[in-house]
Amino acid sequence: MSQQIIVAVAVLGVLGVLFAVILYFVAQKFKVVEDPLIDEVAEALPGANCGGCGKAGCRAFAEACVAQGSLDGLRCAPGGDAVAARIAELLGCAVEQGEPLVAVVRCNPSNCAGKRLSHYDGLRSCAFEATVYCGESGCPNGCLGCGDCVAACQFEAIVMDEGRGVPVVDAERCAACGACVKACPRGVIELRHKGRKDRRVYVECINREKGAAARKTCANACIGCGKCEKVCPVGAIAVEGNLSYIDHTKCIACRKCVVECPTGAIRDVGFPAPAVKPEAAKVAEAPAAAAVKAE
Amino acid sequence: MKTFKMGGVHPEENKISNEAPIEVMPVGSQVAVLMNQHLGAPATPVVQKGERVKVGQLIGEAQAFMCANVHSPVSGTVLKVDTCKDAFGQPKPAVYIAVEGDEWMEEIDRTAEVKRECALTAAEIVAKLKEKGVVGLGGATFPTHIKYSIPEGKKADYLVVNAAECEPYLTSDLRVMLEHAEEICVGISILRTALGGVKAYVGIESNKPQAISVMTQMAATFEGIEVVPLRVKYPQGAEKQLIQAVTGRRVPSGKLPIDAGCVVSNVGTCFAVYEAVQKNKPLIENILTVTGKELPSQHNYLVRIGTTYNEIIRHSIGELPETTGKVISGGTMMGKAVVNLDAPTVKGNASVLVIGEREARRQPETACIRCGKCMDACPMGLEPYLFSALVKGGRFEEARVHNILDCIECGCCFFSCPACKPLTDEIRLGKNKVRALMAAKK
Amino acid sequence: MNLMKISGSPHVHSDESTRRIMWRVNLALVPALLCAIAYFGLNALLVAVVSVASCVLFQWLIEKYILKVPTTVGDGSAVVTGLLLAFNVPATVSMLWIVVIGALVAIGIGKMAFGGLGKNPFNPALVGRVFLLISFPVQMTTWPVAEGLFPMQFDVASGATPLAAFKEGQLAGVSYWDALLGHIGGSMGEVSALAILIGAAYLLWKKIISWHIPVAFIGTALAMSAVLWWIDPQQYMDPMMTILTGGIMLGACFMATDMVTSPMAKSGQLIFGCGCGLLTIVIRNWGAYPEGVSFAILIMNSVTPLLNRWCKPRRFAS
Repeated sequence: MSQQIIVAVAVLGVLGVLFAVILYFVAQKFKVVEDPLIDEVAEALPGANCGGCGKAGCRAFAEACVAQGSLDGLRCAPGGDAVAARIAELLGCAVEQGEPLVAVVRCNPSNCAGKRLSHYDGLRSCAFEATVYCGESGCPNGCLGCGDCVAACQFEAIVMDEGRGVPVVDAERCAACGACVKACPRGVIELRHKGRKDRRVYVECINREKGAAARKTCANACIGCGKCEKVCPVGAIAVEGNLSYIDHTKCIACRKCVVECPTGAIRDVGFPAPAVKPEAAKVAEAPAAAAVKAE
Repeated sequence: MKTFKMGGVHPEENKISNEAPIEVMPVGSQVAVLMNQHLGAPATPVVQKGERVKVGQLIGEAQAFMCANVHSPVSGTVLKVDTCKDAFGQPKPAVYIAVEGDEWMEEIDRTAEVKRECALTAAEIVAKLKEKGVVGLGGATFPTHIKYSIPEGKKADYLVVNAAECEPYLTSDLRVMLEHAEEICVGISILRTALGGVKAYVGIESNKPQAISVMTQMAATFEGIEVVPLRVKYPQGAEKQLIQAVTGRRVPSGKLPIDAGCVVSNVGTCFAVYEAVQKNKPLIENILTVTGKELPSQHNYLVRIGTTYNEIIRHSIGELPETTGKVISGGTMMGKAVVNLDAPTVKGNASVLVIGEREARRQPETACIRCGKCMDACPMGLEPYLFSALVKGGRFEEARVHNILDCIECGCCFFSCPACKPLTDEIRLGKNKVRALMAAKK
Repeated sequence: MNLMKISGSPHVHSDESTRRIMWRVNLALVPALLCAIAYFGLNALLVAVVSVASCVLFQWLIEKYILKVPTTVGDGSAVVTGLLLAFNVPATVSMLWIVVIGALVAIGIGKMAFGGLGKNPFNPALVGRVFLLISFPVQMTTWPVAEGLFPMQFDVASGATPLAAFKEGQLAGVSYWDALLGHIGGSMGEVSALAILIGAAYLLWKKIISWHIPVAFIGTALAMSAVLWWIDPQQYMDPMMTILTGGIMLGACFMATDMVTSPMAKSGQLIFGCGCGLLTIVIRNWGAYPEGVSFAILIMNSVTPLLNRWCKPRRFAS
């Protein structure tokens, strides 16, 4: 009996040692030498693997950083400045401070909800719908509303506003990774400066048809009239191909263009009160003052 | 009876307009002529605002390689050169012409007399086709002169004329064969000459017995043309399938028909070739079926290009029925749904097909039960269910390995799917992505 | 006027649907059910009704309260599972509560746990049956004596199945004709080969199944048992009897051909069918159980994803 136990233990023991030796040599043979810095940099990253940096994932980004030894041309948008500073510290290089960005949806169709011109009955994919026709709103450039951007967002920062038929970005959650920008077949979404106090002004339209045609397509369309271009005090606005574009690096958020736009295509976000013309403001103030006096 | 070997489906034929003779549709008061009526780059407008044009005058010139000339379908004054929304709501460059009278270019022979003799050489024929803006009328609108410029080192053995008209509803090819058999045979002879005198086969599905007998009788009076009756099966008219059905040859994956020694042209194209070469008439007219189960009457028309869908509907049936669900340009299997009825028709439009609301609605998608019907139906031997999963998962490289680019988008997989999954849509999306990835790699 | 509908081509669809396929399978199972009622009396009907009702109920409950998705019981797939499960148990009243447990396992573990119709790797009815066979071996192999709804002149004295009898070394004089018509003991759905073949013929006609799996399955079983019988007719069963008795017919025509759990390419289906036939004979002759069809099919179900990967349809021009 005891002999059997001894044999069993001995056999298992010898086998154990044998496997240990094999494992040791195999491990030596296939050893991968990797810079431990990669692990540290990867640790500092948010780990969402959003792909916004253009790399396959966070680990690939870390490898690129370490291989390059600097952060030139590499930026983790979700991580922002804090992560950039941490990586720069690890790599021992300088870092540029970037302006925080946010995704904005440049479409506000008037043919929304009950006013659709057709019913798209095919595969729920904007990328596919764009190859079939102009879309339910009739706009050849605008949002198709199938939600490719919603599906692409890793941060649950985009939801589809079913009533308006366009996506809405939650600026708090948006990490500006740019996944939605890539997913949109129409180029409706753009990454823009978040703006001081989260105040930003942008043209909420990318329709490139001529004025009359654009207006026929959508009541809220930019008709490329150029009024905003004239009124802008800092020359941040340019009309090109029947479409106005506000350069977010120059814009001072004065909102003169918002007031001037005849179709209401320019959107202001984050301001406490709606924009009004100076004269109109005075007229509006008068009855208000009267009301105060009456009290 | 011959047919292709693998897959295929048999949708309801619905050739309800086959008795209606071709009528001539009057011209409207204004037309917009799109500059891209063909596969490839748009033509460049060569007329200015205020210029007088005649019927058949060149108004858009092919400057790129993959392009075709565009001619004025009407006579009148050029109103403007601007964009015009096409049938799918996308603005495209166009020439607007206000119609005045019906004055044709002098060189166009408008007599009904059939001219059989053609003394042109192959090169001259190809030049003529290019000049007259002839494109393939089978649906793809591929410029015909490019197809007949056979590349160095390749040789055509057969000309395969596609008269299968395998799409449900469409009857325009049938009517052309019945009414213009002789002209078609002359056109085929011209194309044979362009290919160096090769043998020509005309593949006609057996649901058109009249056309088979008329064409067989007519072909007997010509040299080197043989009519091949084919068993009714969709997609018989797809290039690769038709070549297999008629000649038994197979076009390998990623290759063109010419690699198997064949050139395929639609029977409508042959008629256009006859008119271009023998009558000097550019491609400015379509033969177009107006059909639908819910329409009060069925028609086949000869329509000038640029006539809008609404004008055609108004002239033929007055207005669309209340129950209309879809208007399709082309057949139900591969045609395109039209959203903008104010859009002008273009070269190659074969029909205005009206589908009722109930028939048009897609059934809700249910779970795949892996029945394999899509695989059995695929005429290319592919696995549509697999592509669906790969495309959804973003695994485009794998989709490429499984030959997604071989898909001819015939729609047999969606047609036969009991779960009503939009398989054809998903595969098209996948093909686009795979092509984009391949282009990015280069 | 309605809004114009827009989609990519094609713009028509065949009238095929999952619902129609499933209800047609149910229709194809009716001859075998009628046979079972004729031979085993109203007990058979009772077992079938309880089985179907519990399968449908469990699927509805799971979809409504656990998965919280719109219910799909209308597509008839739970009814198919219920009928097949009933066909795989003896038709006795004492089975009723056991059948309910079987239905729970079949629908809950066999199907819904994987995400519902189309996602289950194993045939749900067989998962239920094998669970019952292992958990309730006595009840599952106590065969009722065929009494019949109508007074028929049956002379089946023993309730044991021909296979069990053979395993015990005492095969009663059962003729091919008895086996074909169902004059034998067994689970309620597997007694009459003829009724099953009628159902299978209907499915073949409606193109719901193809010939590949049943022919490969039965053919392999026939060939292999013929070889064994030729070697030693005393120890091994006669090949015709082998395929007419037990669950081979039901398994080959209705359970191995389950679309969800069988390969999609025809070549894969042939391999799948051969594998089922081979394993059935192996289990019958050298295994502990007298019947091996359920195990054979379940084992081959697990190979299906691999077969789908290996067996590709022939590409055009290759």
